[in-house]
Amino acid sequence: MATKDITPHNPMIDPETGEQRVIAPGYTFRSITEKLTRIVLTPHTPLGWFFGFALAGSIAMMLLVAVTWLFLKGTGIWGITMPVAWGFAIINFVWWIGIGHAGTLISAILLLFKQKWRNSINRFAEAMTIFAVICAAMFPVIHTGRPWLAIYWLFPYPNTMNYWPQFRSPLMWDVFAVSTYATISVVFWYIGMIPDLGTMRDRAKSKFGRFIYGQMALGWRGSTRHWMRYETASLLLAGLATPLVLSVHTVISFDFAVAIMPGWHTTIFPPYFVAGAVYSGFAMVLTLAIPIRKFYHLEDLITIRHLDNCGKVMLATGFIVAYGYMTDIAYAWYSADKWEFFMAWNRIFGPMGWSYWILIFSNIAFPLTTLWSRRLRHNVVYLFIVSIIVNTGMWFERFVIVVTSLTRDYLPSSWGTYRATRWDYMTFVGTLGLFTTLFFLFIRLLPMIPMSEIRQILPGAKINQAELQHKGGD
Amino acid sequence: MPVREGIYGLLAEFDTPTELVAAAKTSYDAGYRRMDCYTPYPVEEAAEAIGFDEPREKGVSRVCLLGGILGGLAMFTLESWVSIWAYPLDIAGRGKFSWVAFIIPAYEWTILWAGLCAGFGMLALNRLPSPYHPLFNAPNFRNGATSDKFFLCLEADDPRFSLTDTRSLLESLHPVSVVEVEH
Repeated sequence: MATKDITPHNPMIDPETGEQRVIAPGYTFRSITEKLTRIVLTPHTPLGWFFGFALAGSIAMMLLVAVTWLFLKGTGIWGITMPVAWGFAIINFVWWIGIGHAGTLISAILLLFKQKWRNSINRFAEAMTIFAVICAAMFPVIHTGRPWLAIYWLFPYPNTMNYWPQFRSPLMWDVFAVSTYATISVVFWYIGMIPDLGTMRDRAKSKFGRFIYGQMALGWRGSTRHWMRYETASLLLAGLATPLVLSVHTVISFDFAVAIMPGWHTTIFPPYFVAGAVYSGFAMVLTLAIPIRKFYHLEDLITIRHLDNCGKVMLATGFIVAYGYMTDIAYAWYSADKWEFFMAWNRIFGPMGWSYWILIFSNIAFPLTTLWSRRLRHNVVYLFIVSIIVNTGMWFERFVIVVTSLTRDYLPSSWGTYRATRWDYMTFVGTLGLFTTLFFLFIRLLPMIPMSEIRQILPGAKINQAELQHKGGD
Repeated sequence: MPVREGIYGLLAEFDTPTELVAAAKTSYDAGYRRMDCYTPYPVEEAAEAIGFDEPREKGVSRVCLLGGILGGLAMFTLESWVSIWAYPLDIAGRGKFSWVAFIIPAYEWTILWAGLCAGFGMLALNRLPSPYHPLFNAPNFRNGATSDKFFLCLEADDPRFSLTDTRSLLESLHPVSVVEVEH
């Protein structure tokens, strides 16, 4: 670490503004296209990819085993019991959905704010959203134990039993929030990819590749009329995804906030859940981006500027989360309600208190003291470690909220404890495998960095008004 | 799409977006209207130059608004119907029309259908998917239009189109090449 932050001839520093560049200088439309299409269209898949895919795939197989056994035996194989009927399933559900939120934040909210730096990371952040939602949505469904029946429990459709779902239940709201979120994320992701699929079609050498990408590109040809409608549709989708993403974790927090459990029914829950979601989501973006840029040599496109900005967003959302924790305790005190007060004490010093201290260390004490440092935010190894720590911490946050409230509620005679079984762990670790497997497939088969959006931030993309005037005057 | 005989139009290739926009302006001023630009990323100035004003067309936004209104109304109506008539639940005598709780799924469906209509409406207005298009017959189109070249196509069904005059107009704009595109 003897190097200084700013060296006089560092090509990554813009000489005019003195800021880190969003992408490295020297790229042209053609070189960027070739660099990014080659990752997918190469006939030589890197050996490391096969290795990683095999590893992730075998972990995903473990999920298959765990879920198959669950369907054969029922949810009794899990550690859930009375009074903790919501164990790992809900913890993992909330955690995964939260991870997805950063993808939408990057693709939608930063688009509305015209943050051009987001262009190179938005495609894989959106992919991360979709895969995280797949992992998340699985948990409530398998938690029913009989997912084939969940169809009529969850979806309003005319059935022979003349049964209709209960629309006043937050769990029904979840169904609509999460299914809308998944659908809109897929549409936004796919629409965003159409121009790049056109590029892939035109650059594919094999007949099969041309056919597949040709079908997926829907005949995109870059017509200006198409582009203008496309831009409008993108902005509209971004404008719709923004209130959507805020509503999804809000609705999930209602699962808790509408209940009467001590520690759950507070009005701080919606904003605090959303901030926590974005916090862990940006951590996951870093966890994914750092190895990918190293492995595929994309340091020019996913630059220190991107990682630094992710760190800053984490710092900001981390403080909102810290405020949430403080409010939790302040609420318990101010409520003058002995159950709430006991819950707060039990959460911090009770038998499960260790989980609270893990969460304080990994969400507050470590990241929020070190992320301030610009030097550390520019250190890739530090960012990778902090991203893993924050994701662990956010998982423990959900654990603390779910488990400590449920194990000791109003009636001491109904107190209990919670211990997850190996099937719980296998299912959770298995979804990590599934997520990684899907990600490996995505980076191998689809363009992970949006080429059409990178072209817009290249220096040659702007219309030269002076030259245009001159030509007009000819 | 039926395969037609004859010429679709004349396609001029340019290296920079500025040359393309200048060429499109000149052609528009010369009275051509059936024309389009093809670029590897959105160039707003090109749309202005060919007289295409998306904000005025409002196609995508209208479809999106309509989808949102219908989606929200549909879900709210369904919830009310289920809770009042189809499957009323009497829970300690609480009211059946608890519209506050119904807002949340209705809100989600507003976004769902607005989003689907924006996405698919955009594709429909663009007449996509259309795997075949005459422009793909041009030898240089596929190599450039989706990566680094800028194209202007003056189409043959424009009343001003003539193979010789239009070609000489395009050639006066210093393109890389001008090719005839067959149907």
